[in-house]
Amino acid sequence: MKKAILSILLVINGLICSFAQSNAGVEMASGLRSSGKIYVVVAVLVVLFIGIGIYLITIDRKISRLERQQKR
Amino acid sequence: MKHYWWKILAMLLLLYSIVMGILGNVPALPIVHETIRNVYFHVPMWFSMFTLYFISVVYSIKYLSSNNPRHDLVAVESVNVGIIFCMLGLATGMIWANFTWGAPWPNDPKTNGSAIATLMYLAYLVLRNALEEEQKRGRISAIYNIFAFPIMIVLMYILPKNTDSLHPGAGGNSGFGDFDLDGSMKAVLYPAAVGWILVGIWLMSLRFRIRNLEYGRHQAEY
Repeated sequence: MKKAILSILLVINGLICSFAQSNAGVEMASGLRSSGKIYVVVAVLVVLFIGIGIYLITIDRKISRLERQQKR
Repeated sequence: MKHYWWKILAMLLLLYSIVMGILGNVPALPIVHETIRNVYFHVPMWFSMFTLYFISVVYSIKYLSSNNPRHDLVAVESVNVGIIFCMLGLATGMIWANFTWGAPWPNDPKTNGSAIATLMYLAYLVLRNALEEEQKRGRISAIYNIFAFPIMIVLMYILPKNTDSLHPGAGGNSGFGDFDLDGSMKAVLYPAAVGWILVGIWLMSLRFRIRNLEYGRHQAEY
């Protein structure tokens, strides 16, 4: 009887271990992305980047104007 | 085509890398998890820095043969912007290392090498400021720059490759290319790298043009 219980426990333990292994895949944020909210972050980053880009272009144009002034 | 087409291209490439860098598919790896996306933003900093330092050394060589002070100005402004990219690379790397390697500065040979290389380029700027006479300053700093470039490559690329490093692709570590089986990461990393390199050159050209304006006014006064 004791041996039977022990062996059943061993089998259960083995099953738990094997389940744990199959579930121990790499945790990725697929839930975050599939929920759609990550697009908000992407939109914020895009706005930030476009803002900085436009600022760079205005600085570029300002320097071009100064260069034209110096040539005269 | 207008002369500023490459600036538009840089912006479009970086917009693509921001959108695809966050929404695109990445390999699922232990420890790094989603931080693998940092590859698209941390690594291009170093590509830009290498490119700017390379432009700097090319213009130093040109200065030695031409004695044109404008070539010297391109060389120094390339180093100025290169150092900014290096600082950004170090800062982003420290944040990433803190969450994946357990410490912001785990004495990795590549990290240490890049810190030493940065000090070497800061010394280049100090050397320039220490010399008063324009021609002397140009020549000495150009020669220093030509020596600094290969040492920087050895410190940041060759030595870490040959020793044990936490960085991928070094000392027998597998690089990211080994996990990126369908090339979906390469499709974001390379456009991002080109975009950041172009932005680096853009910033350098802006700084050079300001410097050139100052130089022109300085010449007009005498």
